[in-house]
Amino acid sequence: MSVLEMRGITKRFGALVANDQISFDIEAGEVHALLGENGAGKSTLMKILYGLYQPDEGEIFVNGQRVSLKSPADAIAHGIGFVSQHFALIPTFTVTENVLLGHEKQPILQHDAMRRQVVETAEKLRFNIDPDAIVGHLSVGQQQRVEILKALYRGCRVLILDEPTAVLTPQDTEKLFSILIELQRQGLSVVIITHKLNEVFTISQRVTVLRLGKVVGRALTANTSQTELSQMMVGRQTIPVTRNIDHHSQNEIKLNVQNLAMADRSGAPRLRGLSLNVRAGEVVGVAGVAGNGQSELVSILTGMGQPQSGSAQVSGKAMPFGKPAALSQLKVARIPEDRLKGVIGDLSVADNLMLEQVGQFTRAGHLNRKQIREYAERLIRDFQIKAKPDDPARTLSGGNIQKIILARSLAQNPEVVIAAQPTRGLDIGATEYVHKKLLEQKQRGAAVLLISEDLDEILALSDRVLVIFEGAIVGEFDASETDIDVLGALMTGAAAEKVKIHA
Amino acid sequence: MLKLRIERAPAPLWFRAVIPVIAVLATFILVSALVIVAGASPFSAFFELLINPLTKTTARADILMMATPILLTGLAVTVAFAAGYYNIGAEGQLYAGGMAAAWVGTQLQTESPFLMIPLMLIAGFIAGMLWALLPAILKVRLQVDEVVTTLLLNSVMLFLVSALLNGPWRDPVSGWPQSPTILAAAQFPVLIPRSRVHFGAIVAVVVAIVVWWVMSRTRFGIEVRAVGKNRDAARFLGIPVGNRILMAALISGGIAGLAGVGEVGGIHYYMTGTLSPGFGYTGVIVATLGFLTVPGAIVSALFLALVNRGAISASRELDVPVYLGDVIQAALLLVGLATLLLGRYRIRRVR
Repeated sequence: MSVLEMRGITKRFGALVANDQISFDIEAGEVHALLGENGAGKSTLMKILYGLYQPDEGEIFVNGQRVSLKSPADAIAHGIGFVSQHFALIPTFTVTENVLLGHEKQPILQHDAMRRQVVETAEKLRFNIDPDAIVGHLSVGQQQRVEILKALYRGCRVLILDEPTAVLTPQDTEKLFSILIELQRQGLSVVIITHKLNEVFTISQRVTVLRLGKVVGRALTANTSQTELSQMMVGRQTIPVTRNIDHHSQNEIKLNVQNLAMADRSGAPRLRGLSLNVRAGEVVGVAGVAGNGQSELVSILTGMGQPQSGSAQVSGKAMPFGKPAALSQLKVARIPEDRLKGVIGDLSVADNLMLEQVGQFTRAGHLNRKQIREYAERLIRDFQIKAKPDDPARTLSGGNIQKIILARSLAQNPEVVIAAQPTRGLDIGATEYVHKKLLEQKQRGAAVLLISEDLDEILALSDRVLVIFEGAIVGEFDASETDIDVLGALMTGAAAEKVKIHA
Repeated sequence: MLKLRIERAPAPLWFRAVIPVIAVLATFILVSALVIVAGASPFSAFFELLINPLTKTTARADILMMATPILLTGLAVTVAFAAGYYNIGAEGQLYAGGMAAAWVGTQLQTESPFLMIPLMLIAGFIAGMLWALLPAILKVRLQVDEVVTTLLLNSVMLFLVSALLNGPWRDPVSGWPQSPTILAAAQFPVLIPRSRVHFGAIVAVVVAIVVWWVMSRTRFGIEVRAVGKNRDAARFLGIPVGNRILMAALISGGIAGLAGVGEVGGIHYYMTGTLSPGFGYTGVIVATLGFLTVPGAIVSALFLALVNRGAISASRELDVPVYLGDVIQAALLLVGLATLLLGRYRIRRVR
């Protein structure tokens, strides 16, 4: 029998139908994958289940009883737990305090008893956690486990995890999956929201696929295939990125970075003598767990940040630091980590497209509006941006905003492309488009540096993969010979020595 | 089924045009009770406030005269706010401009207004810029909050003016704490006979056109707006953010200084410690009501002048306390600001 069932759930946000007559059920002791692209309605559905949203239509049953979930408190009372992508933890509190918070059973805290309970619960799930550790000092994977402990402490029987592996290293992902299997063995049910197909096959028994707010497929995982699921998810066959494995190792070095060192405001080192180079016609991917210096590297190479020491050259010319305008001159195309820091939402699409090269559209200080408009119309056409030149950029979707940034920088025929998290938050269609454009740059001989937290993306696009850990490059692979296990070990610092595998 | 969706996008033009009407109606309802208690009819009060001044030639001229300084301070604030620099110091910068104009107007020995008046304007612009310089540098170099510094410098300026006018600059003829009267050549020509509409009104209109052109048609203008809307992205795009803020702050100070020149050269003919009853602060309202656009600033400066003029005649005609006019005016402004938010959204019908 289903421990939990949702029938005919419809949720609208204005004109947008996020969930359209969705039915979904969870059985005791199963891991159920909820699969779909960004914006398919997975998170909305689960937020309804956790009482964060109220459905416009439909009913929810817990153990056969119809329930009304007006708030997370109702959901928790019915045994539903939710681990969001953004943890609801207080970084300055200890693990125990975080688990307790909001569910103290007595006015005076029974700290020792609580600590014991935290440790015991963790042990039952076969992991160790220091109950007195300050949560802010824990790794992302450990923080996620604290969230799971919190849900269990509140008596959850159905645990929902929203894209739990998005922020995890391969090792942490494995650890998470073993915890989920343990939970399942103890009779709990797990819903895992994901858009990664391999996870569906690794962990789940059943899978429900959503597309555009509707259920487009339900299957026992054992009876389906990756191809079948991806077709359901996307509604068409995905074109696998075809990578040219032609080597350009003889080509000239276009981007050369030496010994970058940078500390944050508190003086803690974020980059420790980082060096790398990218050749013409090459994509070099920088893989790493978030927070190992990628942001600092990107900020320096996009002209925003100043390193304490180190140097960089573009096509043999020194790259000045902290001068974004100079980088445009050196023909460095820059795709920033946060695309909202790359466009000015209140200005028009046309203005955003021309502002980086505003000098080309100015005669004696006066803007040539006609030329700006023609240029915008051309880029909108060439880069298939779904917008009119006069639309405020803010009204565009994430994918189209990213296209503005791509169009603006790539239209200048760059020598070097710095692409930071270029597809973060984009749907599959937009992601494919961005990948295609980056590979086009490689084909025309630009040096492309790809910094991404999406390992699949790095592996799909790169000729060479570098691993960044604690502010330095700790490993280098030829893309065709990348060993995922070694890569994961390097990303987490598990491998002490710098590894270089020659092609 | 009809479905409506609220979006954050500018409302259609026709609706934005209706917003002032909505504001007036809402204010009418809000203050009616008060007007009745004061012993007047709300209908005649609103008639006196908003309609009657437009029917009389003298009142119309008064409106133009009253709109002149607040259009200039409104433009000053518009330029600064567009750069994301919250200059609340237009009042002090206005006084700086007034001082400079009075100094030139009393010291420069010439009988040619064609030499005198341009020099007064230039001196006033520069004085306003200089008074705006310190907070702008503090902002750009050290990230000191300009709201605090520009606001506090207003008091510093007022005391400085007061010290000068009570000391070295006191008018030796009358003995009042005011500067000597400016020379005849320095007195702005009157534009409409038997009124006090002076040459400053033309200055204000020219400045409005120049500001509009610079902000919308030049590289400098779009860069300033980019900085104001998203400083990080502007820097990413290679715009010299600090320089653009500094320039906008100085231009803002200069324009506010011109307002002071107009008051000295066109109204008082001497410098006084009561040159402005808060035109600098009214400029903030003008700019905000005008959505930080030049046409908006023109409309709201004229509107505020109308209400101001109307409040004077309403209290006189209806024999109600002058304060009632102030209350209605203040309520109208608050409601106006609130209803302007409506203009930021549009409701879209979807199938």
